[in-house]
Amino acid sequence: MSSDIKPLIQMKNIEKHFGRVIALAGVSVDIYPGECHCLLGDNGAGKSTFIKTMSGVHKPTKGDILFEEKPMHFADPRDAINAGIATVHQHLAMIPLMSVSRNFFMGNEPQKSFGPLKIFDHAHANEVTMAEMRKMGINLRGPDQAVGTLSGGERQTVAIARAVHFGAKVLILDEPTSALGVRQTANVLATIDKVRKQGVAVVFITHNVRHAMAVGDRFTVLNRGKTLGTATRGNVSPAELQDMMAGGQELASLDGMMEGTV
Amino acid sequence: MSQANEAMESDERVKSISPLRKALIRPELGGMCGTVIVFVLFIIFAGDSGMFNPQGVMNWSQVSAQFMIIAVGACLLMIAGEFDLSVGSMIGFASMIMAIFATTFGWPMWLAILVTFAITISLGAVNGLIVVRTGLPSFIVTLAFLFILRGFAIFLPYAFEGKSNIGGIKEIAEGDWLASVFGGKIFKGFFQWLGDNDLIATFTRGTKAGQPVIEGIPMLIVWALALIFIGHFILTRTKFGNWIFAAGGDSEAARNSGVPVDRVKILLFMFTAFCATVLATIQVMEFSSADAGRGLLKEFEAIIAVVIGGALLTGGYGSVLGAALGALIFGVVQQGLFFAGVESSLFRVFLGVILLGAVILNTYIRRIITGER
Repeated sequence: MSSDIKPLIQMKNIEKHFGRVIALAGVSVDIYPGECHCLLGDNGAGKSTFIKTMSGVHKPTKGDILFEEKPMHFADPRDAINAGIATVHQHLAMIPLMSVSRNFFMGNEPQKSFGPLKIFDHAHANEVTMAEMRKMGINLRGPDQAVGTLSGGERQTVAIARAVHFGAKVLILDEPTSALGVRQTANVLATIDKVRKQGVAVVFITHNVRHAMAVGDRFTVLNRGKTLGTATRGNVSPAELQDMMAGGQELASLDGMMEGTV
Repeated sequence: MSQANEAMESDERVKSISPLRKALIRPELGGMCGTVIVFVLFIIFAGDSGMFNPQGVMNWSQVSAQFMIIAVGACLLMIAGEFDLSVGSMIGFASMIMAIFATTFGWPMWLAILVTFAITISLGAVNGLIVVRTGLPSFIVTLAFLFILRGFAIFLPYAFEGKSNIGGIKEIAEGDWLASVFGGKIFKGFFQWLGDNDLIATFTRGTKAGQPVIEGIPMLIVWALALIFIGHFILTRTKFGNWIFAAGGDSEAARNSGVPVDRVKILLFMFTAFCATVLATIQVMEFSSADAGRGLLKEFEAIIAVVIGGALLTGGYGSVLGAALGALIFGVVQQGLFFAGVESSLFRVFLGVILLGAVILNTYIRRIITGER
């Protein structure tokens, strides 16, 4: 990253303790606009705790978070969303029985006046939804199509498009590809690429090195609550990342057998 | 833009949906079909029994309207993912405290009505608060209230008056402005005009000679239609309606998107209590009395009407219009069997069969919508 671009979020020496468990033991990461920052780590490495701290769900036990160079104090996730930090959860914030359009505007319903009343502006909602979906390369049968009929990848894309439409500057994606097939994964990765080009900072959490290498600009590996440093694209090989995630231990001996395909 | 092209290609794999299938996924479909079937059957089997003359129509319309009033509340609540089993007991309890306020306490009718509404709506809020705060299934929480409220409905009249039935409301309610909102009839002049012009039958003998057989539209029906309209409008045309669907569809996902799920649910428990109290007040005005047994089993009848109307028991999907049709089917069949001279106990058999049919149809519809296999 060139030095004249200011980081959107700076996490400095973040520590988070839950009782006697130390989930994070001093993690530092900078997130820049327009980059896809991959956060890699095995299960239990502290990825979830880290992004929850970033999105205002948890308060850090120690350490500072700067958002747009100002100290950040979010009372709850709603504050973080309003400031422009959106999280797309592993278990999606999508409701299968509701239409794409109703889902898209859930919690942010557009309203228009109807006499003395305020009513849900369905026409506007439908129009925007169709346009946004087309931009992301999803052709809906209609805005009233239920989300349940979309594939997992398409649902992720709807969730990402929604977050961006409502002004997300930082998009935190919690394992968006972990439950998807090959083709759907490709679609989601393509979506991440599009969003990044719009200048949104993407924090992409995964434990799949290949998915990370496909779109990532920078890579931070978490292991047992600590970061093993941030690497830039081109300066690190998939095998090295894999090694760091596993803490340089068990997988090393398996490497020969699996020929780096993990 | 290769990804976009890819998506275009993959779009071809989405089978285009036939209009028939599209019509099938309207939640009201079951209710509409049921209504048509029920009417055709009764026109064939009870067409000459007086079921479809003005008095007959008024008869089953009023029975249906009673179901409709409580079905609207139960419908919105069920779509939001909760049940209220205390509706029936709430009707009994509300009519009882209203009668006690008016007779034993000697309050004017309007005050008795207003205070009753305040108490029952607060009880609805308590129901909702307990469900939301504890995370217990509303089934259990409101089952507890089913017994608590019924117990009070039986205990209170004994404690105050030493009997199970409190009467004499009509005299107290006479000329009361608020009582007439629940007990009166409208368009009396219109029906008199119809009678005068021989468009509907008039009484030929007795003290009512010359008056039309239908005096006017009872407020019961006005309330039912108004609540259906308001409920449907809120559900389909407002932000709050979207929140109702969201809360019932997946409360966690709704919360993540900033929907105040708890507030939505508590408000709907209050609305259900409101609907129950409306029906209670209308019954108190109509019968001029309150009875401890009133409203018995009404909670299940409301739920059955809502399910016939296409709502899913699991929440997130349904329609107020459908629930209204469900209530209409309910009323028409209950009264129609009487007109057709069928043994009335068979009504329950019919009820069970139609409930089962509706639930199976709804499950099938759900699979179509969500694409589950």
